Amino acid sequence: MKALTPKKRRVIKLKRKPLNEMKVSFPSYSENERFARVAVSGFLAQLDPQIDELADVKTAVSEGVTNAIVHGYRNTLGEIFMQIRIFENRHVYIKIRDKGCGIADIEQAMQPLFTTAPEEERAGLGFAVMESFMDKVKVHSKLGEGTTLVLEKTLKERV
Amino acid sequence: MNVEIKNYPSARTLVAEICGDIDHHTAKYFRGEIDKAIRSHNPLTLILDYSQVTFMDSSGIGLVMGRYKIMSEMDGEVIVASPPAYIRKVLQLAGIHRLTKIVTDIAPYIKEKEAPQEQNESPDAEKKESDKIETQAP
Repeated sequence: MKALTPKKRRVIKLKRKPLNEMKVSFPSYSENERFARVAVSGFLAQLDPQIDELADVKTAVSEGVTNAIVHGYRNTLGEIFMQIRIFENRHVYIKIRDKGCGIADIEQAMQPLFTTAPEEERAGLGFAVMESFMDKVKVHSKLGEGTTLVLEKTLKERV
Repeated sequence: MNVEIKNYPSARTLVAEICGDIDHHTAKYFRGEIDKAIRSHNPLTLILDYSQVTFMDSSGIGLVMGRYKIMSEMDGEVIVASPPAYIRKVLQLAGIHRLTKIVTDIAPYIKEKEAPQEQNESPDAEKKESDKIETQAP
């Protein structure tokens, strides 16, 4: 049998069927940072996550949504899309998308302490927090079109 | 979400007890209230009591760093009191413990100042002499 090329294998991986899924969208009011966290913890409750793991995920989501509000839609109002998927083995996939200004230099944006909003006392640690609290952090962005952030984490098995 | 501010004039200490979540949305409010109190009481020590904080993201780090800057300009210091474990994790990620003391007992700071007491500080609480804001990536 012919071995699958890496590309083909990737397609199969993307087609994994989630066990459960939710989608929500909300306007970029900063009040909704809290709503996003509550939505995530509510949906993940079915996995009965450990408190510290749930705090990690909530913190990462809070950073991601805040980025969309503060940077993506700076001085404007737009819609934020959040999707959460649960896969086998307690694997959690969270996508946060905005149609805002986009990021010119993702590598620079992900540098700890780099911030474009020092006047708002943004510490520039959003991505550092996400990377340390989640297993995987991916960012796709196009100037003028928006940014997509993907956060992934496999939760520990409950004993 | 609210912040209770207590002033101890004889010790020149201001205690800000923050209740609720600290995120980008609420930090604006906390910042305003705390800075107003700093201006009117002119303290030497600002204690940010995090014991009632239910959630914190990097906005809470910005809150400490911003107050650290203000207090440094007045030759004062900032102390973070009693953060719960999950909040301590975020603070440590940012290296806040190298910038400010993190204590569990604020009693020595709000007593009449005679002999300063140090025994209640956590071991990693030494303040670095440099005035620069230092943080560390994970």
